[in-house]
Amino acid sequence: MNVVFYLLAALTLAGGLAAVLLKNLIHCALATTVAFVGLALLFLQLDAQFAGFAQILVYIGAVAILIVFAILLTRGSDLPKDGVFSRTWFVGLVIVAGVFAVLAWAVLESVRAVPQQTTVPAVTVHDIGNALLGRYVLPLEVVALLLTAATIGAVIVAMHEKERPKP
Amino acid sequence: MAASPLFTNLDQIFILLRDWLVGFLPAAFRPAAGVALGAIAIVGAFPGLFAVVVLLERKGVGRIQNRYGPNRVGPFGLLQPIADAIKALIKEDIVPYRADHVVHFLAPIVLLVTVFMAFAVLPVGRNMVLVDMDTGLLFFIAMGAVTELSVFMAGWSSRNKFSILGAMRGIAQMISYEVVLVLSTVSVVMIAGSLSLTRIIAAQNSYSGVFPHWYIFTPWGAAGFLTFSIAGMAETNRSPFDVPEGESEIVAGYHTEYSGFKFAIFFIAEYLSMISISGLCATLFLGGWSAPFSFLVFIPSWIWFFSKVILSLCVFIWVRGTLPRLRQDQLMNFAWKFLLPFALLNLLVTALWRFMGEGWMRWVICTAILAAAYVIMGRVSMRNQHFGPRRYRYAE
Repeated sequence: MNVVFYLLAALTLAGGLAAVLLKNLIHCALATTVAFVGLALLFLQLDAQFAGFAQILVYIGAVAILIVFAILLTRGSDLPKDGVFSRTWFVGLVIVAGVFAVLAWAVLESVRAVPQQTTVPAVTVHDIGNALLGRYVLPLEVVALLLTAATIGAVIVAMHEKERPKP
Repeated sequence: MAASPLFTNLDQIFILLRDWLVGFLPAAFRPAAGVALGAIAIVGAFPGLFAVVVLLERKGVGRIQNRYGPNRVGPFGLLQPIADAIKALIKEDIVPYRADHVVHFLAPIVLLVTVFMAFAVLPVGRNMVLVDMDTGLLFFIAMGAVTELSVFMAGWSSRNKFSILGAMRGIAQMISYEVVLVLSTVSVVMIAGSLSLTRIIAAQNSYSGVFPHWYIFTPWGAAGFLTFSIAGMAETNRSPFDVPEGESEIVAGYHTEYSGFKFAIFFIAEYLSMISISGLCATLFLGGWSAPFSFLVFIPSWIWFFSKVILSLCVFIWVRGTLPRLRQDQLMNFAWKFLLPFALLNLLVTALWRFMGEGWMRWVICTAILAAAYVIMGRVSMRNQHFGPRRYRYAE
């Protein structure tokens, strides 16, 4: 844990907080991007180049763009009249606390479950490729199938409906 | 081969120069200073190339359109880029009153930074790469993906309907063609077995007789080169894919509301991304800095790299002067219905090539599959085109 880690963590947290607290919807989306960048830099700081660049490519190049596109296509980014904070914020807080607790529990538990390694494992892209198409090929195929199904569904939703002759 | 000291010195002249300069510093600062010098070289050399390319384009397009092009500033108009730069620097910077000032200010910066970052992994000569990463290709593509965000930021923050239309068009186009771009690089990665750009060049840098083993001289490489070039042209928003900034329709697209030096940054970034995508194309398919014939290896490697880049920039200019602008729906149909299936098929053909082993059989089979697919897909999609008066859905 060094200075760089704390700087990057601060950047990521600031991005995440801004995404929740800012009033303008597009600003929130852009702040999410800042959080994504911070996360990618954290991966890079851990020497996980592939994960870091994949994070940039997928989350900034695709997910962030998808979010802003969805905002633009659905409704204006103008401020709603009755404020941006929901009246049921308390329920949201409870759900958020629950999710955070589960995640934190999983992270803390993983430290105990996985044997402590003293040396940093050197993982190359080659190893990642071999692992993905060797040991983890079934999850990969399942994800691929899911994405294909999602794409087909999107095409069907977007398809022009042919005008039927009226009875 | 050519191992004479003169050749080695000329080939490595920039490396030697860097080491000589860094030698003046205490040993603790040397690695950092070396990287800093490399970054300075990139920030200096490529904008210099940009100035040359702009002049070449204005002259070349002028000739294609049967006029002279710039010929007033300096001999043959050679000093025109300097005049342009001074003009851009001293122009007033106007920001619309209703614009989102922060995002409006950040958009050109994000664009220029990401475009420059991509040059870091591009090997411009033997040993001449700033950061030799194991995942260089992925880094390059990731940086290219971030430019889309800056296009959106510029278009949205301007509060102008032409800007936002241009941004929406630009993002739709860039996302569609990025898929094709990435898929055509995958076949190179499959054969070279690495994402590192230096290793991809090393895999191509050998000769049979006098001819090099560049990937463009294989069936899958030629097909990949074709799809990559088209997608690269669309990624950089160049004509005939310049719908996002179609002057006759939406003023200047996402940078309508930029003036002065901020506009100049968009202009520089467009040309720099052209240069970087040409460099990547040369690296992946044209052997990077390797010489085209084995008896030409005595010419320094960086001369070959920049020759290939300038040659492909000339093709960019030629295409711009020749083809009319496509329509948005034609653009999307071309990407999703022709280029994408073709690039996917090329992946299969590459795998076939990889596992069929040496011999003439793989040449015949791979070429036959690609040619048949090209002809059949072209014929079928042309048959479905109904030429005739255009029917508009939302206009009279």
